Amino acid sequence: MGQILRWMVLFLGGILMIAPIVYMISTSLKWPHEVYNVNLIPEEPTIENYTYVLEDGRFYLWFVNSIIIALITTVSNLFFDSLVGYTLCKFRFPGRYIVFIAILSTLMIPTEMLVIPWYTMSQAFGWLDSYWGIMFPGLMTAFGTFLMKQFFESVPNDFLEAARIDGLNEFQIWWKIAMPLVKPALAALAIFVFLGNWTAFLWPLIVTNSVEMYTVPVGLSGFGDEVDVAWELIMTGAAISTIPTLIVFLIFQRFIIRGVVMAGLKG
Amino acid sequence: MSAYKNLSIRQKQIVWAWLFLAIPVLFYVVIRFYPTGTAFVISFQEWNLLGKRTWTGLENYEKLWNDPVFWKVFRNTFAYLLLGTPVSLVISFVIAYHLDKTRFLHGFLRMLYFLPFMTSAVAMAWVWRWFYQPVPIGLFNNMLASIGIPQIEFLNSTTNALPSILAPAIWAGLGFQVIIFMAGLRAIPVSYYEAAKIDGVGWWTVLTRITLPLLKPTIVFIVVFSSIGFLRIFDHVFNMTTNNPGGPLNSTKPLVLMIYETAFSSFDMGYAAAQTVVLFLILLVVSLLQLWILQGDNT
Repeated sequence: MGQILRWMVLFLGGILMIAPIVYMISTSLKWPHEVYNVNLIPEEPTIENYTYVLEDGRFYLWFVNSIIIALITTVSNLFFDSLVGYTLCKFRFPGRYIVFIAILSTLMIPTEMLVIPWYTMSQAFGWLDSYWGIMFPGLMTAFGTFLMKQFFESVPNDFLEAARIDGLNEFQIWWKIAMPLVKPALAALAIFVFLGNWTAFLWPLIVTNSVEMYTVPVGLSGFGDEVDVAWELIMTGAAISTIPTLIVFLIFQRFIIRGVVMAGLKG
Repeated sequence: MSAYKNLSIRQKQIVWAWLFLAIPVLFYVVIRFYPTGTAFVISFQEWNLLGKRTWTGLENYEKLWNDPVFWKVFRNTFAYLLLGTPVSLVISFVIAYHLDKTRFLHGFLRMLYFLPFMTSAVAMAWVWRWFYQPVPIGLFNNMLASIGIPQIEFLNSTTNALPSILAPAIWAGLGFQVIIFMAGLRAIPVSYYEAAKIDGVGWWTVLTRITLPLLKPTIVFIVVFSSIGFLRIFDHVFNMTTNNPGGPLNSTKPLVLMIYETAFSSFDMGYAAAQTVVLFLILLVVSLLQLWILQGDNT
């Protein structure tokens, strides 16, 4: 009896948790006159809002911008974070400890403190309102470096030594021997970096100023203000910006949860 | 090339290590350390982004000290922290504790709780903003109206606005905390519980004597992680109050929003930089304090 009650309460709580997301999708499928109806199921479902928002063209641009930026930063993070993590884990060289501490210390510095210098830098170098300007601060992260460093600890040194005897150079050993052994960690890091950049708001808001360069969150924020009264359109925009993360989540669910645990306990 | 061949194995390692680190070290120096220094320097200057930078010493900090808006913002920022952290900690623990004991459709239940963590703060801020609208638009007030309860001013009231914005921020982070708590609960050896069962100890004693003490590292992590999140709250506030940034009479404005406005609406870069230094110090002090309190008496 207690078990059933516990399950029911947890289930109801879970339904409440996803209710905002469900309502967002439901409203995006309603005609304007039906928006104020609290019914979850639209009486006459329509995809009119989606065609309207997509034909407007801006969401399409923002989507492409966000995808490109999230993909490039993900690749860059996977490459550099694991290269640095590997080097700090597997090499003995003077200065190793200093580099380690220096990178670790950047975790203490909030992004908000850096945005003003980054902005003046971008201005000086002509990076404002460009992909490069949006991406450059996030090309490497200390968090990713430490996550990868932890995982390279589990790669036995014998493997690397054997490869060295076989005549592989250090880059080849890292790329061909060590990297394939930490694939789960790489996948977890890839998901974090991708989602982090997909949903990033403050820096893209600051560095972009033309509508064509906005990312999805920045575009959505302005779009909401512009059509403040057309809630079905805002919900459609919000749904469009959330769909990629929902898809990523449903495909990689187990993986993401394991990754969160790894990052939480090791990071 | 022959010079490289003559090096010892150890020396070759050093060459490779620095070859691998060259670009990243350059990145960290140029994109992280140099800007950190610059932020401190700008905080002692007056600069409107276009004109010359002039040294003003501690003037920006004095201005901050005497700015009533800053103190309002300071209080708000700590209100987010002091309400958000304990509430989200307790809710997520209760969910994780019970979820851990549930086997039937466990993965499905867990998914329901975790899903909001995956959504974008901007999109969800707009969804909640819609929920909070007055009749006939907002969902909450419509629901209240349909059962005859007078409507509530959520975002336009100086007392309700801050909790109304905090709610979706807590909601969005719960899934993460639940997952971390569940991992912590799994890590507690079953033998402890079995021993307690043999001794006939009640569930409350088990919870307070075994579960919670052994969860301490997990609790420390969640408290520090979520406090940093609440102290840096921005996306939710910005998007739920765009028509009146910071809510009625600045009642919801957190420090990061003040920084954003000072720097990129008023272009008072020196003043904004001084605010970022204050944010940095707050984050530093709060996390060190928590680590010290929560880990200090580890027995």
